[in-house]
Amino acid sequence: MLNIVGNKKIWFTLSIILVGAALVSIALFGFKESAEFKGGTLWEFSVPGQNLSSADVENEFVNNLHIVDAETNYDPTNQSFLVRFGTINEVAHQADLNALKTAWPSFQELSFQSISASVGASVLDNAIIAIILVLIGISLYIAFAFRKASRPISSWKYGWITLLTLFHDVSIPAGMLAVLGHFKNVQIDSNFIVALLVVMGFSVHDTIVVFDRIRENLLNHKGKVPFPTIINDSVNQTLARSINTSLTLILVLLALYFVGPADLKYFVLTLLVGVTTGIYSSIFIASPALVVVSPKDER
Amino acid sequence: MRRHPGLFLSLIVIVAIAAVFFVYPKGVGTKVLPWKLGLDLVGGSHLVYEVDLSNVSSTDQNSVIAGLRDVIEKRVNLFGVSEPQIYTAQSGNQAQLIVELAGVKDVSDAINQIGETPLLDFREVETNGSSTQYVFTNLTGQYITGAALTFDPTTNAAQVSITFNKEGADIFQRMTAANVGKPLAIFLDGQLIEAPIVQQEISGGKAVISGNFTVAAAQQLVGRFNAGALPAPIKLVTQQTISPTLGTDSLKKVLFAGLIGTLLVMLFMLFYYRLFGLFAALALTIYIALTLGVFKLIPITLSLAGLAGFILTIGMAVDANVLIFERIKEELKRGLPRSSAIEEGFRRAWPSIRDSNTSTIITAVILYFFTSSFVRGFALTLLIGTLISLFSAITTTRLFLRLFIKDKKDKTA
Repeated sequence: MLNIVGNKKIWFTLSIILVGAALVSIALFGFKESAEFKGGTLWEFSVPGQNLSSADVENEFVNNLHIVDAETNYDPTNQSFLVRFGTINEVAHQADLNALKTAWPSFQELSFQSISASVGASVLDNAIIAIILVLIGISLYIAFAFRKASRPISSWKYGWITLLTLFHDVSIPAGMLAVLGHFKNVQIDSNFIVALLVVMGFSVHDTIVVFDRIRENLLNHKGKVPFPTIINDSVNQTLARSINTSLTLILVLLALYFVGPADLKYFVLTLLVGVTTGIYSSIFIASPALVVVSPKDER
Repeated sequence: MRRHPGLFLSLIVIVAIAAVFFVYPKGVGTKVLPWKLGLDLVGGSHLVYEVDLSNVSSTDQNSVIAGLRDVIEKRVNLFGVSEPQIYTAQSGNQAQLIVELAGVKDVSDAINQIGETPLLDFREVETNGSSTQYVFTNLTGQYITGAALTFDPTTNAAQVSITFNKEGADIFQRMTAANVGKPLAIFLDGQLIEAPIVQQEISGGKAVISGNFTVAAAQQLVGRFNAGALPAPIKLVTQQTISPTLGTDSLKKVLFAGLIGTLLVMLFMLFYYRLFGLFAALALTIYIALTLGVFKLIPITLSLAGLAGFILTIGMAVDANVLIFERIKEELKRGLPRSSAIEEGFRRAWPSIRDSNTSTIITAVILYFFTSSFVRGFALTLLIGTLISLFSAITTTRLFLRLFIKDKKDKTA
């Protein structure tokens, strides 16, 4: 049997370092917001047979189209260029399209989106509201679902700890995206928000499995066994299922990451990191944290 | 169900097989009801127009938006788009018209035609010496119910008759009364197109503009009046166009990834839970068939995000099985005979299955109400998938186990 509760200081320290690093990255680098949030244009196209580099594309944009703020990324899976710049209207889009077709006859437009800043801002506002509501909704539900497990700690504390682990589980993938944004120009879009929400909805599954066992063991033993022992036993009894339930999701995510469409790559990566963090937090953070918040004479 | 597991299981299997035929893209199902795929999978344009409602009183806003929708729908239908989708969304003084065009060859042309909706208004003319000033009035195109090309019965000259609605007729009567002998300017998108002289006060809401029109010029003016009946200005704020090549490619890749993911999950279940795992894999197959059937029946327009959401539920659908099987293992270790261990396992795993799925449902519902169309598809597939997975992981698996796993004869409880 693993002594998970006894070594809780190690796990807490590890998590504090990871979450701290994530929060510092977010504060330092911020997120690279996609056109969807801050407005702007994202143009994806391929130019087969021309062997162009991203710099060639940017030069063409500056010299031929007079678009100076273009940022170009090459996507090797689709063999396409992704160019981002400010919002343009349809007339300008058509003019630019014709200019590029003249310059590179094999030019093929794959997708074009141009979004005004006002639309983007409301998408982001709604996303933030949604995240806060999910945090509150799940925590309240946990507090309600565990109302019978009110001794030695009140069911509200289960809710609070769930809130804490949810924060833990979303901050780490979010921090990763901030780092990726800074070094690899990866942008966050509404898929990123969805990924964070799904991580929350899902990482709590494992936490619930352990809490459920704790609830059951508490009712069975009625104070005959010390609280920390009950917690440690419960975590160990449910270890296999906590890991297996997430593992099936991870298998699906791996398939999506490696053979799925390029558009979903960072969405899936965010989920992968979030779900993995979720396994860790449900075993090593949520349950030991229950011991920390229990009354002194129960420890 | 406890008495006749075979009967109920056969029923589920039959429904699932029917669902397979129904959802298979090349099968009979396509003739009955074809799949609805999102623009990101078939290619097309997603256009968002912002409607300026600042000059519309709050009581009129709904009818104005409905009117806009109709005008745009008529214009879109001209392109022969199969089932254009036009939605409206409103919050306060901001309204949005969302137009989705699948399979349009010339999106740019469509955008131009939709976007160039002129705004018509009437202005009073004040002359101060040599300078002319146009004074805004509240008579705009929204009060015009129609315009037609007519001919003067005596001179046979081309003229334009316009008809106002009741409110418009009153305003027009007051305006003409105040401006007899003076010109009344008609503006289209801020451009002066005509300034006929008012001959007398006009009541009854019918007006005739006569001038030295050629038939062609009169016809153009009629067209402008009709188009100008658009009650509020609109502006294209978002355009997302995806080429069919990219769409088809995404569809192929996401389906392939779904297939690989499903196989990995099944292999894992077989490897880890052996015979139990086999039943979980069968239940998962039934789950996939039933869920796709429900998607098609509703019907849900499947976008890339929606398919991704569905594929994620495949990974989650066996979770309940994992919880149940682990419980059954525990009960077996405690020495219960197999059939009782199975019943106990289901009973005891239920609270954690209930609680964890509730949290997913909370997430899906909030996602659905707080996000825009692309993400909504994801939320809806996640929600439906979670609900059906509860059925498949609990009911279907339990029937399988009741039917095929019997107590060993030599073992006593």
